[in-house]
Amino acid sequence: MTYATMQDTAVKPIPLRDLMPWGIFGSLMFAIFLYFVGAEQGATAVVRGETIHEYVHDARHLLGFPCH
Amino acid sequence: MTGSLLLRGMITGIIAGIVAFVFAYSFGEPQVDLAIAFEDQMVAAEAAASVASTPAEEEAPVVTRETQATSGLATGLLIYGAALGGMFSLLFAFAYGRIGPVGARGTSALLALAGFLSLGVVPLLKYPANPPAVGFDDTIAARTSLFFVLIAASIIITIVSVLVARKLWAERGAWTAGIITTAVFIVLQAVAFVALPTISEMPDGFDPLVIWNFRVATLGIHLILWAVIGLGFGAWAERLLEGRRASRLSAA
Repeated sequence: MTYATMQDTAVKPIPLRDLMPWGIFGSLMFAIFLYFVGAEQGATAVVRGETIHEYVHDARHLLGFPCH
Repeated sequence: MTGSLLLRGMITGIIAGIVAFVFAYSFGEPQVDLAIAFEDQMVAAEAAASVASTPAEEEAPVVTRETQATSGLATGLLIYGAALGGMFSLLFAFAYGRIGPVGARGTSALLALAGFLSLGVVPLLKYPANPPAVGFDDTIAARTSLFFVLIAASIIITIVSVLVARKLWAERGAWTAGIITTAVFIVLQAVAFVALPTISEMPDGFDPLVIWNFRVATLGIHLILWAVIGLGFGAWAERLLEGRRASRLSAA
């Protein structure tokens, strides 16, 4: 018995060479945004004060990040 | 092509963030308010108990509660949604045509299911979301580290599971591959749960119903984000990758 595999469909993957710069830059951006919404001015702080923490406070709690 | 997918992913993510905001404002915020009311009671009780009757200095908040619950919450969720949607579209660009005999919509739905489970559900089963008043201030560093370690572990376990699934799918078919992969996923996650320390910082007298409703709201937010991104982006990407004709045919 044979099963349907990738060869059965005419889908062409996007070549890795084209993906790599997007993937690296995208991952960096994702990490930075995640940090500012999820952790900045909690355990660690890049910007002094607590304005960022307090501003995204409710989103941080409701998304499940440890807040304070 | 990757750029077009990224743009679509971020737009879908922002839409998902808007929907999640409406949900979070309606069902999450009432629980946050109840938790803050409890926190205020705790602080008042402590102040009353201390003999030195220094009046509790009422600091002006940096950001008002109203701002936190509206534009602050919306900003946080929209940024999270946009970042998630963008990252999702890049993972999709990699997975498309590489994971199995599924088209754009199928790839997107499977990817979103994996993301929802590994980022939205599993980490919160070990370290669940907590409203204000729960958690000690001086353990925030440890709790934050553990939370991100758990998320990293969950992502690695999910990648391993996908690799297992991909191999078994071709050899034994989707059904068997699904069962074995699920078992592998659960066992590995259980090992991570046992290996990481327990956090228990619930204050005495906190209403369990508030905790429950708050955590259900958190689960709902993640479900909305991943469902809108997975289904919305899949349909949009299909039009881009497989043409309008494919969309109409598969919808019929």
